Amino acid sequence: MIPLYWYLLLAALLFCIGLFGVITRKNAVGILISIELMLNAANINLLAFWRYLYSDTGDLRGQVFVIIIFVVAAAEAAVGLAMIISAYRQKQTVVANEIDSMKG
Amino acid sequence: MTGMQLIFLIAAAVVVSSAFMSVTSRRMIHAALWFVLALLGVAVIYALLEVSFFAVVQVLVYVGAIAILIIFATMLTRRALEDHGKQFNRATLMTLVIVSVIFAGLVFSLRSWPQLQSMTAPLSADQLDVGVLGLALTAPDGFALPFEVTSILLLAALIGSIYVAYERKEKKK
Repeated sequence: MIPLYWYLLLAALLFCIGLFGVITRKNAVGILISIELMLNAANINLLAFWRYLYSDTGDLRGQVFVIIIFVVAAAEAAVGLAMIISAYRQKQTVVANEIDSMKG
Repeated sequence: MTGMQLIFLIAAAVVVSSAFMSVTSRRMIHAALWFVLALLGVAVIYALLEVSFFAVVQVLVYVGAIAILIIFATMLTRRALEDHGKQFNRATLMTLVIVSVIFAGLVFSLRSWPQLQSMTAPLSADQLDVGVLGLALTAPDGFALPFEVTSILLLAALIGSIYVAYERKEKKK
């Protein structure tokens, strides 16, 4: 059998890669991809913990949490990409630093 | 080393390397395709966890919808930042330090949990049935309220993204 901490290590590594992308990427679409990677890492963690600790107790909260994260990720991708396309239409750029209309 | 462990290691290597490539590659369309590979690897991980429903949902929702959305957005905003300029901002080195500190902290906190090393999954499979999850999602004393709130969120996000991305005619003059 696969030990639980293998899954946790994989999720930690995936989360850190996603975090690196979120902070350093200039392209707004790249930032969105990195956010999705981080959400995937969280999902791996939730499903691994649910499978190893709760799958024989009848407690389904882990699975329901993962479903809600799926929906939130889809909604976030849709809204985020719509905003990127709208910003590109007005400013002809997808560089996050140059989209600064709300800068004080 | 059993067969499942070998499959896990291969899938994990695919996930980590393609996630790294999708974060670092210069062309956005390549990044999106590496992202698809990472998502498929995560689906394999779900299948290894015996939550096959989530493996299917991962392929349907992430690969089928979100990745296609990202590829479309990349094609609509192309020729921006592709061949000129740096892909990363000035904070790259600092971020590397921060990310490695966070990863070290996570590994350290995992190591300080001794019973984690020997933990294995329970063998009973009666909770792995999708029907149980479906009944729990629609039962009034189960998760009906979070389920409905989630659907309203999805509807609001749908309408909002159509409104945001809609090309207004009066602004084109």
